[in-house]
Amino acid sequence: MQKLAAALVTGLAQGAMIALVALGYTMVYGVLKLINFAHSEIFMMGAYAGLFAITALGPEMHPVLATAGGTLLAMAAASLLGVTIERVAYRPLRKRGRGPLTRMTPLVTALGVSVLLQNVAQLCFTARFRPYPRVIPTTSALRLGVVSLSWSSAIIFALTVVVMTLLELLVKKTWFGKAMRALSVNEEAARLMGVRTSQVIARTFALGSSLAALGAVLYCLDQSQVYPTMGVVIGTRAFVAAVLGGIGNIPGAMLGGLLLGVLGELVKLTDYSGGVDVLVFLVLIGVLLVRPAGLLGSTRTEKV
Amino acid sequence: MGTASAKHLLCCLFGIVLCIVTSGCKPREADIPIGAYLSLSGSDSTFGTDTRDGIALAIDEVNAKGGVHGKKLRVVYEDDKSLPQEAANKVRQLIDRDGVVAVLGEVASSRSLAGGLICNTKKIPMVTPSSTAVDVTEGREYVFRPCFTDAQQGEVAARFVKETLKKDEAVIFYAAQDNYSSGLADTFKSAFTAMGGRITLEKGYQKGETKFTTYLQAIAATHTDVIFAPVYYNDMAQIASQAAQVGIPSSSWVGGDGWDSDDIIETAGVELDGSFFTNAYAPDVPWPNSAAFVKAFRERYGHTPGALAAQGYDAGKLLADAIARAPRVTPEAIKVALAETKDFAGATGTLTIDAHHDANKPVCIVQIKNKAFHFFSELTSQSTGSPAAPQQAQEDRRSCRSSPRRS
Repeated sequence: MQKLAAALVTGLAQGAMIALVALGYTMVYGVLKLINFAHSEIFMMGAYAGLFAITALGPEMHPVLATAGGTLLAMAAASLLGVTIERVAYRPLRKRGRGPLTRMTPLVTALGVSVLLQNVAQLCFTARFRPYPRVIPTTSALRLGVVSLSWSSAIIFALTVVVMTLLELLVKKTWFGKAMRALSVNEEAARLMGVRTSQVIARTFALGSSLAALGAVLYCLDQSQVYPTMGVVIGTRAFVAAVLGGIGNIPGAMLGGLLLGVLGELVKLTDYSGGVDVLVFLVLIGVLLVRPAGLLGSTRTEKV
Repeated sequence: MGTASAKHLLCCLFGIVLCIVTSGCKPREADIPIGAYLSLSGSDSTFGTDTRDGIALAIDEVNAKGGVHGKKLRVVYEDDKSLPQEAANKVRQLIDRDGVVAVLGEVASSRSLAGGLICNTKKIPMVTPSSTAVDVTEGREYVFRPCFTDAQQGEVAARFVKETLKKDEAVIFYAAQDNYSSGLADTFKSAFTAMGGRITLEKGYQKGETKFTTYLQAIAATHTDVIFAPVYYNDMAQIASQAAQVGIPSSSWVGGDGWDSDDIIETAGVELDGSFFTNAYAPDVPWPNSAAFVKAFRERYGHTPGALAAQGYDAGKLLADAIARAPRVTPEAIKVALAETKDFAGATGTLTIDAHHDANKPVCIVQIKNKAFHFFSELTSQSTGSPAAPQQAQEDRRSCRSSPRRS
């Protein structure tokens, strides 16, 4: 029972982190109908940016300040990278008229950008595994009966809830959110109504990328080292989470991430602990068989 | 590393210029070409470059003493980008294009299997410095290894836990999709249970996993004093730091040679204080040739060599030794000479090549103490050779025992 509860807590924290990354996939898909495979590499680059920024700010002197500042810098760097990728790799393709391949070409380009970024990272930073400075205390933050919540899990929960709320407000209440939703329904019509589509798309990339960087910094502070191919592991899971929840749907990405996280931790308690991904993908296939658009996705409603 | 590769580049350029200047002559007659395929880039690039440094040191030492058969050895390095399919291509290139008489490589067993297949069909002898999977040499007439196998290593680890640490119970924690890790876990399990030990929990994790808390809580709940974790150093660093949070004492861990990297010290030196792992070598190992190698390596590269560099060095030295012993410099004669290797004194111990083309040699038990690797004892696998009396460092052993095992 205690094991089960502990696994649930860990799973929820894992899921929240996956959800942060899944949001980037789902938002870009919402506005462009493009699966941005380079997102996992933006995640990786965000992790490197965070590592360098936090180290430069001196985590020994002011751990909290350095971490918070470093995270913000990493988010800024990642959004810059995201916007650059969109400007250099995707926008020129979008402008080249419309043919039968308008959706295939950007997809292949996204894969190419992903490979490129991985190799650039390897050239610039070498393939070494680099540890993050230990800034999060390893003691437990609070005890709830039999379950203890670690500081890192607590921070992940708190940040994810804040980010999700802000994002929901942004999409539902602001003009930018309205423009995003308009774009996801019909890009052409949105442009005719006076929405500057290129600008909205660039901002969507910036937003998604900064969330990936936030997820990356949390991920590394809690459990991982930084290395050029690190995006693949969490990127795949985040992509699955986005599809599971209904790609293009923001609450769906959150739900998908949490489901995946909890499911993964529960499998670890069984004898099949070595095959977490097998089960995760079985669940994905099962869900898609019953609901092809994902748990919360539907073919009709607006997608953002 | 930068200056080394620049030097390498310069050497290559110089070689090309020399060829052009003396065009018309055949460079193959002036020296003996040896191929080396290694993971110089890609995910395992640190393994590949360390091994290359070791090989380069060995070959230069041989050449400085006049080479073999009056000719200098020349190593042609190829980068397989840490990919098995690329390894096969590079080995083909080395044999067909460069006309090498023998091949050195690879570190990872998956790539040595791919390269070994090509060498075997083309009848060119291959020496792998550090691939420990049992099937690398199995049925491969032309493939040799001067390192121990996973079967030997797992058995030694089991004996160490049972006889030296005197523990009857152990937990096994391994990466399920990794051949190296699960293979070592299997051999440990069968050897340990055959000696009367009991495995209280066997837990595999998904390769690429980073959050181990749930597994570690299950392990901690068994209250077992020894956890055998034959995983790679990058995983182990994460496992150790998360284990400390769960309350597993640092000295519980026992690992395999995948732990050998300075990174594990830097990242989790404290969380692994007092733990042990089986390895080919330790910088302070009391073997005759090791100290000389460590000194020469430090002078040339400015840092202490890891086990991969030492194994690369031994592979290079062993191959040079076999070429010197061979009556003629042909792949066939080198293969026969390699198979006849007896009591070859390398930096990673004295070895004899057995009928399976594997090495019969001692395995080093290394302890992590005060953020450094220290030689603890040596054991020879009973599955291949006579049981050697373990030379214990008595003080280390006592201090280790007296420390509280579970806090």
